[in-house]
Amino acid sequence: MGQTLFDKIWDAHVVSSNEGFPDILYIDTHFIHEVTSPQAFDGLRLRGLPVFRPQQTVATADHNVPTWDQHLPIKEELSRYQVDMLTKNCAEFGIELYGLGHPFQGIVHVIGPELGITRPGSTYVCGDSHTSTHGAFGAIAFGIGTSQVEQVMATQCLLQSRPKRMKIEVNGKLQKGVGAKDIILYIIAQISAAGGTGYAVEYAGDTIRSLSMEGRMTICNMSIEMGARCGLIAPDETTINYVKGREFAPKGEEWDKAVAYWQTLYSDEDADFDSVLSFKAEDIEPMITYGTNPGMGIGVTQHVPETASFEQKEQGSYKKALNYMGLHDDQQLLGKPIDYVFIGSCTNSRIEDLREVAQFVKGKHKADNVIVWVVPGSKQVQEQAIREGLDKIFDAAGFPLREPGCSACLGMNEDKIPAGKYCVSTSNRNFEGRQGPNSRTFLASPLTAAASAITGVVTDIREFLKEEELV
Amino acid sequence: MSTKIFKHIQTSVVPLPIENIDTDQIIPARFLKATTREGFGNNLFRDWRFDNDGNPKEDFVLNEPKYSGKILVAGKNFGCGSSREHAAWAIADYGFDAVVSSFFADIFKGNALNNGLLPVQVSDDFLKRIFEVVDADPHTVIEIDLVDQFIKIVATGEQESFEVNPYKKACMTNGYDDIDYILSKKELVVEFEGRG
Repeated sequence: MGQTLFDKIWDAHVVSSNEGFPDILYIDTHFIHEVTSPQAFDGLRLRGLPVFRPQQTVATADHNVPTWDQHLPIKEELSRYQVDMLTKNCAEFGIELYGLGHPFQGIVHVIGPELGITRPGSTYVCGDSHTSTHGAFGAIAFGIGTSQVEQVMATQCLLQSRPKRMKIEVNGKLQKGVGAKDIILYIIAQISAAGGTGYAVEYAGDTIRSLSMEGRMTICNMSIEMGARCGLIAPDETTINYVKGREFAPKGEEWDKAVAYWQTLYSDEDADFDSVLSFKAEDIEPMITYGTNPGMGIGVTQHVPETASFEQKEQGSYKKALNYMGLHDDQQLLGKPIDYVFIGSCTNSRIEDLREVAQFVKGKHKADNVIVWVVPGSKQVQEQAIREGLDKIFDAAGFPLREPGCSACLGMNEDKIPAGKYCVSTSNRNFEGRQGPNSRTFLASPLTAAASAITGVVTDIREFLKEEELV
Repeated sequence: MSTKIFKHIQTSVVPLPIENIDTDQIIPARFLKATTREGFGNNLFRDWRFDNDGNPKEDFVLNEPKYSGKILVAGKNFGCGSSREHAAWAIADYGFDAVVSSFFADIFKGNALNNGLLPVQVSDDFLKRIFEVVDADPHTVIEIDLVDQFIKIVATGEQESFEVNPYKKACMTNGYDDIDYILSKKELVVEFEGRG
């Protein structure tokens, strides 16, 4: 019996496996940030322990940082305190910090890949559920709680039971205007926000293979939104070409050795998965969510489901969600006026996302009723965008390019969507209050968000693309 | 270091029959700025529990005097979303010792177990029964026994067994800690690193 990609990587990282106990899994790199680390550092102090492998720990400040005037002190006192605490802790425990003002600062799941820290065949954890992003390189990467952050700091290992394995295949040709974000929103809508719980999910099929690394990261990023432990995609030429030459990527002989190993990382033909699902790319429309979890998504031209279409016991939760969103049964979102557009987050803030949006909005201008925020995922993405002149295109369109951070994805820093307002967002969660108390989120792709910003209403990007072809 | 010990409880419950309760509801991100583990209970279910001015919303279960107890009973896929352990801290800090649901999100379940908060997964039918019985009598007492792995509606005698990882069970019933366990195997970690 052959092995899955997941098992190959897992087995190569098992320090000790004992009957009745979870495996002790070795972690190659531990990413940390200001929100989920302070209590872990305190725990180490209480135990009188150092960080076991500080050189395998990478820190950045992202959740609490402002995305405007980053050169000034952080205005919110508690946010500033938490960021300062990270700086002190990193200095005390000997950890490299890419903090505010550092050229490598950014969202933790954007900087790992762009610095060449994220590589095939390795294990990554972080006190953040979107750590699944790094699986796009053919790695095992998942989010952990703060007790586990302390565990990894103390031992560079994690006690972990092996999850089940699921394969999700997507084959066929995507429609114009449909991208990676639509694929993952479609999959989650099909299998629900809990459909992947307990599984490590490998994405495969020719549609997945045809995606750029940025697109693959968008897909793996949202694995957690179907409850999956992690998501991963076998490395190939696209992966290797992306990693090559990056700041911390292996060089010279080390590179050749690494590539030779990476080429062995795929699921064998006869590998055994606990579950296999298959989808057709042609069936996927530009997607949008209408509810309060990421599984509540529809094609942009479809109607919100009827309450009666759910089982009795689910109807209460469904009605609560529609009520929160200010929507009703059978409503079509297409044409619904919106207030904000947020382009950013660890799901969609990479240079490719910004290029795609800039190309589309060039020569257009946002609608008067919409406020648009474009937030790059990292300092490097911001600078690249400026080098390419994207900032000027954005400015002319009324889409100011801000500074890097998690921004309006999570309602923690200064960037919040006001109560009752609708935001078409390229982020990953539409939970109640996620973008600010009583804010209302429609999750969508960068293109759908950009098109909706131009028209001021929820828009089918395909209509725009059709017109542009005619011109 | 030792953690909280859990073996057995018998108490009334707080019912929250909503599905897919995510960690942003349990503790919104704007309350994650503390750098210690204490005090999160004050903001547990903040936006369901209080209005924008901080006044308690009367119709939310935590504000209804008829409900109290050390067990929170919630709809399926409890704790989905973010990995924030603050969600488990908030529930434990508020005073709950166990959460009962028909399905738990993965990371939340691990975080709860690491904090002496027991996640008890029951069948859809048993969950429905608890909600029915508690609806009829808010003082309904539920017994949870971790040693023998069962949950019981005391008044009716209806009971069900539940699964728990044997290692985590040993940790919770003895107050053991994962870090102590891995540290006891540290020579294996160093040996692993040497394998290259």
